[in-house]
Amino acid sequence: MRALGFAAVAVGAILALAAPFLLPNYVAQFAILWMMVLLALTWDLIGGQMGYNSFGNIVFFGIGCYAAAVVQRSLDVEYFAGLALGGIAGLVLAVAAALVLGSGILRLRGQYFAICTLGLGVAAGELASGWDFIGAGGGMTAPVYPGSPRGAGVFFYYLFLVLAVVCFLTLRALYARRFGLVANAIRDDEDKAEAMGLPTTQYKVAAWMIAAAFLSLAGAAYGHLQGFIDPRDIAFSGETLGVWMVLMAILGGSGTLWGPVVGAIVFDVTQEVFWTYLLGWQRVALGVLIVVIVVFFPQGIIGFLAERWPERFGSRRVSSLLVPDKVS
Amino acid sequence: MDNLLVLWQAPTLTLQLLIDGVLVGAIYCLPAYGMALVWGVMKIINVAQGDFVMLGGYVALYVSYAGIHPMFGVPVAAAVLFVFGWIVYQLVIRHIVDRDLFVSVLATFGISIVLQQLANQLFSANVETAEANLGSTYLFGSTIVVGNIKLVAVAIALVLAVVLFLFLKHSRLGQAIRATAQNPRAARILGIETSQVFAMTYALNAAICGAAGALVVQIWIIHPYIGLTYTIRAFMIVVVAGLGNIAGVVLAGLGLGAAEQFASFLLGAEYQAAFVFSLLVVILLWRSQMLARRRLYLK
Amino acid sequence: MNPLLELDGVSKSFGGVRANTAIDLAVGEGEIVGLIGPNGSGKTTLFNSIAGHHPIDAGSIRFAGQEISRLRVPQIARRGIIRTFQQTRVYRRMTCMQNMVVSAPVAAQGIAGMLGRIAREDGERAQALLDFVGLAALRHSQAGDLSFGQQRLLEFAMALMRRPRLLLLDEPTAGINPTLINGVIDRLRRANAELQVTLLVIEHNMRVIMNLAQRLYCMSHGEMLAAGTPGEVRNDPRVLAAYLGGS
Repeated sequence: MRALGFAAVAVGAILALAAPFLLPNYVAQFAILWMMVLLALTWDLIGGQMGYNSFGNIVFFGIGCYAAAVVQRSLDVEYFAGLALGGIAGLVLAVAAALVLGSGILRLRGQYFAICTLGLGVAAGELASGWDFIGAGGGMTAPVYPGSPRGAGVFFYYLFLVLAVVCFLTLRALYARRFGLVANAIRDDEDKAEAMGLPTTQYKVAAWMIAAAFLSLAGAAYGHLQGFIDPRDIAFSGETLGVWMVLMAILGGSGTLWGPVVGAIVFDVTQEVFWTYLLGWQRVALGVLIVVIVVFFPQGIIGFLAERWPERFGSRRVSSLLVPDKVS
Repeated sequence: MDNLLVLWQAPTLTLQLLIDGVLVGAIYCLPAYGMALVWGVMKIINVAQGDFVMLGGYVALYVSYAGIHPMFGVPVAAAVLFVFGWIVYQLVIRHIVDRDLFVSVLATFGISIVLQQLANQLFSANVETAEANLGSTYLFGSTIVVGNIKLVAVAIALVLAVVLFLFLKHSRLGQAIRATAQNPRAARILGIETSQVFAMTYALNAAICGAAGALVVQIWIIHPYIGLTYTIRAFMIVVVAGLGNIAGVVLAGLGLGAAEQFASFLLGAEYQAAFVFSLLVVILLWRSQMLARRRLYLK
Repeated sequence: MNPLLELDGVSKSFGGVRANTAIDLAVGEGEIVGLIGPNGSGKTTLFNSIAGHHPIDAGSIRFAGQEISRLRVPQIARRGIIRTFQQTRVYRRMTCMQNMVVSAPVAAQGIAGMLGRIAREDGERAQALLDFVGLAALRHSQAGDLSFGQQRLLEFAMALMRRPRLLLLDEPTAGINPTLINGVIDRLRRANAELQVTLLVIEHNMRVIMNLAQRLYCMSHGEMLAAGTPGEVRNDPRVLAAYLGGS
């Protein structure tokens, strides 16, 4: 069983590395696929593992988006150096924002936290579309990639692949340590965790800062890949990316390591393959999908497999959405 | 912020903003009260609240397209949304009544997306308004203008609120709803069909929102994406007022309306949405600060 | 006898309803002290005050000579006071072993503490303590799947895992199969004697508390009614009146 899993990962790694050469026409789509994996993974760190279901993580993505573009605009440096510097600037800003916002917002419990982050995400988009320094509602253009469009596709493909893999490995290491156990304890019963002396706020803020770091880097790369940054549709795109990251994590199985990865791949491929046929109705379909998944399939793919074949998939970390309790 | 000086120099303008704000705020109270009702009775936070308002607005709009005065759209919207709310309950909500509160937030958020995207497909993304043509009232030698439609709308909102209050207090269904809110298990033992009570509560809430939407389309504007703002407003009002506190809902609603008018005058209308959503974050943080001071987190 | 926990005139009211009025209470290092009283007499409120779940209105709470009534819940827990809950609370979707290991005290603070690996000795101690309460066979079961009594035992083991100096137990035998109660009493005694844990126990089962406690406090209507040896308290006419009239 272990060998089989190892073989699957190895084949997956080879396919991932070779994808730009196997299917050169879809390289941009595959780049986005890895970004989706990253988005779902970072959402699950707070949402699935700690039970703090956020609708506002897109804020950190947007900060990264804008920071990178502003740095490129203000510094007269070469494209890649500018992207690197911009990425770092965005990372610092986003992590600081997570620290400041998190220290307040993460004290909110359950549904209050969810609605508050929903407000936070929309507020960020609205504020950005009124701020002239970053182009207000008109948006900003990111510098053009110095090379062929094909080269740009390959570059961003590997950039997102590296980001997603580093994110996955970081979270895997975290979950295997004390951090993962405390995160799950907070999810299951935060009052109990406090009564046992765990510094829960520290853990929650730290988790949000880690998520913010990866999200800001993804945002910086995404803004450059798109070449244009719109406040509501690209940077603080709560309507699309912001909702999708929640949906992908739950679809795959929230609170599991592989769930967000599986969910992101299934969701993104489905979207790419089928949604063009829906002609404008795809966002209606997205809403229906959310309702159906949340109401009828909350355990997700990995959770379903773990219930079906516990000896094979049984990490026994089934979705945080299944337990009927109204106490908190 | 330059407008601060203007307010200082023209006190009647301050009064104008205050009147506008309070009149608008009275409309906010309706969906807020409905949200408190659903939250209190079913333990569900209905994120689709604002989208029911939006749908009610479109119903009134189509009533006016048919050549009928949009004011008649108020009862029509209430009736249509009542049926619609009942259907939504049967399709989705009844599956999530016993589940975690976050499930209700996420599921109703999904409903909200469905409704706004459906509206976008069916009615287009244009900003719409239904002209009521009721003229305006001028005060203080016409330095203050109040659209008569706003006065009528507030009167209707008031009547609706009183009817609702009496209904919950005295009717059989109203008493069943209140009993279920207090203790669903005991209510069930006493022979109350709680699933029917839930269905009626949710449908009633949708009807209230629909009526509010029919008023909104006449005094203001609607478009497919306007729902979330109304949801957030309702949520804020309920958080400030608490569940089951009608006077609190009214006060918080009027206060929010006035605050928004002043904010959009001072900061510029393009920041009004940003103000509403930022205010939400501030209010929730303030609330958690108050709770932490009393260390009530076991509640 | 060294006083470990001292309560002096502790009062607490909720919106005008007085839950605790001028409570004096002292627990010595190494003692087993019982706290009894009819339902609604304010015992759990007193526990919540000691553990920091709400601020007290008046009085002082000293632990090992230091005032703790202004500290927050996790800080008090880290000083060495661990409480269990009347409605048992365990991490329901984690296994028994995970419940235990996450309860181990960590020396390292901040980031080093978060990123620390799970120590081998913590695992071994968790195993030993699960064995001690008789849950060793269930160590990989999900805590939420355990029976009510088993969850109570797990919560007790988790509290011991934290290496507390003082353990506040809220009805440790409620919901436990009557045939197993003597075993629970035995384990409480052994925890006290072998692990040097001082115990303050709320208990409704009179047979259990008379058997277990070295000293008893009895509360009624938020006030401290009587204190003394189990024999003294049992024969105190005010205590009898409170129980007969109160419940």
